[in-house]
Amino acid sequence: MTALDDAVLGDRQRLSYIASQAADARLNVELETEGMTLNIGPQHPATHGTLRIIARLDGEQVVWAEPSCGYMHRGYEKLTEVRTYPQVTTLVNRIDWLGSFANEVPFILAAEKLMGVEAPPRAQWIRTILFELSRVANVSLFLGDLGVQLGAITPVFLAFRDREYVLNLIESATGGRFHPNFDRIGGLKDDLPAGWIAETKQVMRKMRNFCDEIESLLFGNEIFQSRTRGIGVIPRDVAMQYGLSGANLRASGVDWDLRRDQDSPMAWNKVSWKVHTHPDGDSFARCWVRLQETREATLIVDQLLDGIPSGPVMAKVPKIIKVPEGEAWVSTENPLGEMGYYVVSRGDIGPFRVKIRSASFNNISIVPWALRGVYVPDIITILASLYFILGDIDR
Amino acid sequence: MGLRLSSPAEPPVDAARDAMVAEVRAVLGAAVLDSLVKPGDDAWIRVSTGAWRQTLQSLRTVLGFHYFCFLSAIDWMPSPFGRGEDDPTQPAPERDATIRPGYCGGDTRMQVFARVVNPVTHAAITVKADVPDDTMTVDSVADVYEGANWHEREAHEMFGISFAGHPDLRNMYLPSDFEGHPLRKDFPLLARMVKPWPGIVDVEPLPGGGEGDES
Repeated sequence: MTALDDAVLGDRQRLSYIASQAADARLNVELETEGMTLNIGPQHPATHGTLRIIARLDGEQVVWAEPSCGYMHRGYEKLTEVRTYPQVTTLVNRIDWLGSFANEVPFILAAEKLMGVEAPPRAQWIRTILFELSRVANVSLFLGDLGVQLGAITPVFLAFRDREYVLNLIESATGGRFHPNFDRIGGLKDDLPAGWIAETKQVMRKMRNFCDEIESLLFGNEIFQSRTRGIGVIPRDVAMQYGLSGANLRASGVDWDLRRDQDSPMAWNKVSWKVHTHPDGDSFARCWVRLQETREATLIVDQLLDGIPSGPVMAKVPKIIKVPEGEAWVSTENPLGEMGYYVVSRGDIGPFRVKIRSASFNNISIVPWALRGVYVPDIITILASLYFILGDIDR
Repeated sequence: MGLRLSSPAEPPVDAARDAMVAEVRAVLGAAVLDSLVKPGDDAWIRVSTGAWRQTLQSLRTVLGFHYFCFLSAIDWMPSPFGRGEDDPTQPAPERDATIRPGYCGGDTRMQVFARVVNPVTHAAITVKADVPDDTMTVDSVADVYEGANWHEREAHEMFGISFAGHPDLRNMYLPSDFEGHPLRKDFPLLARMVKPWPGIVDVEPLPGGGEGDES
């Protein structure tokens, strides 16, 4: 990287960047130690599945690191070509398996866009609620897991305890804890069950308590701060070149959230909420932004629950869905970042080609850049703070 | 609700996207072969193969499209295996093999396309370029957008497209001795080849019974 533009980079980002460059220089000149290759994974708690990181070390510092993907490549882009449109949601459920419902939404929106169909308002609101619930379920596990990876055991128990409430809600509305497969072209499979709204409000209160608990337990912890502050700084310019999205991008100071900044037939713009950003771009910033977003998501759900419009949850669509010829791109702000589908249709019952743009693939592609010059324990911090789901990398 | 009919009273115009495409055309000049704006939806341009790298360079440095969304490829040839529902014991049926390009046209079987976003104005554009059938090579943009590195590696193993100037085109997912390029349309989906597909049996009845059957 040569572009150290004062206008683009904040002071702290620039200083950290210079520090890492200096570390690189030290490596090459001072430490004439024999290099060693460290293999992390494929099975390692920090890899959320089976990601393998090969790191070449010089003493305690990483000279070169490269993730090795493909242990979970399932070929969804190929499989969509032999599926009908309604069948594709079953596949895409399994991309980011902690926030499955959120994976279905952009695909369904892309198909609806090509068909010129819009879901009824009630379906749009329920979609948005379930979308945010999957964000809460997804990111709350991140917040717990983060502790484990940095040596704190307690947060993960809290996370698993409280995430269960959210999964129960998703299950009672959709029938599936992890893979709802609930979104349909033109609306939703079903309406909400009786009593669900009151129960959800209670759970959202619990989740806000959980966020407070984590904030004081983890983010206020001195060890946690010294493990994360200034570690793995990603300047704004680099983050955008690599296509980082979601909390990773906002933690580098980019005020951009697809929920707010693009028109989509969803209900986010019907309620008031805040996009959180952080200027530092380090691991702490990424974790902090996620924590704030989880709390914000519970507030979005609360507001949406108060105003769900009445009416049907399904528009009139043909029984056998044929999508007219055309190309469409729809992306949404998923728990992990920008997730989008580029759908090419040939007027058939199934797509001609689907390009799945998953957030983790871009988020993890920065790892070779971000790990250069860091110390070995910081590898885990940086991987944890970038937050990826293996299925979301490999697809 | 239901099907949204476009009213004839208001001809759809998207001033912001039209202006953006005009600006892109002004910067890139003759490199832009075709462009398309779907009002309220999205914008596409197609550039000549030789201008692919220069286009993304200009989009990033001159026009402010700093955010790299994705890069991939499309094989426009219809699949010789259809939807993989043929009975393997019967001779394969005749299929239309005409290559029809998508939005903004195209002259080759393969196309690369990338999407970049301006994070300030939130304008976004999808750029396409033909991949010559004989060389199967386009210029790498991994030095323009560093994030394109992995996307090009993926397109290389899945479509067999070479990216000239790419630092390291190793396979990402497949074993290094894997033969063929799985996302090409003429690469069979083997699971569907070895066992007859039972056919579409799971058309789900929609809420509201038989209404809405417009096909």
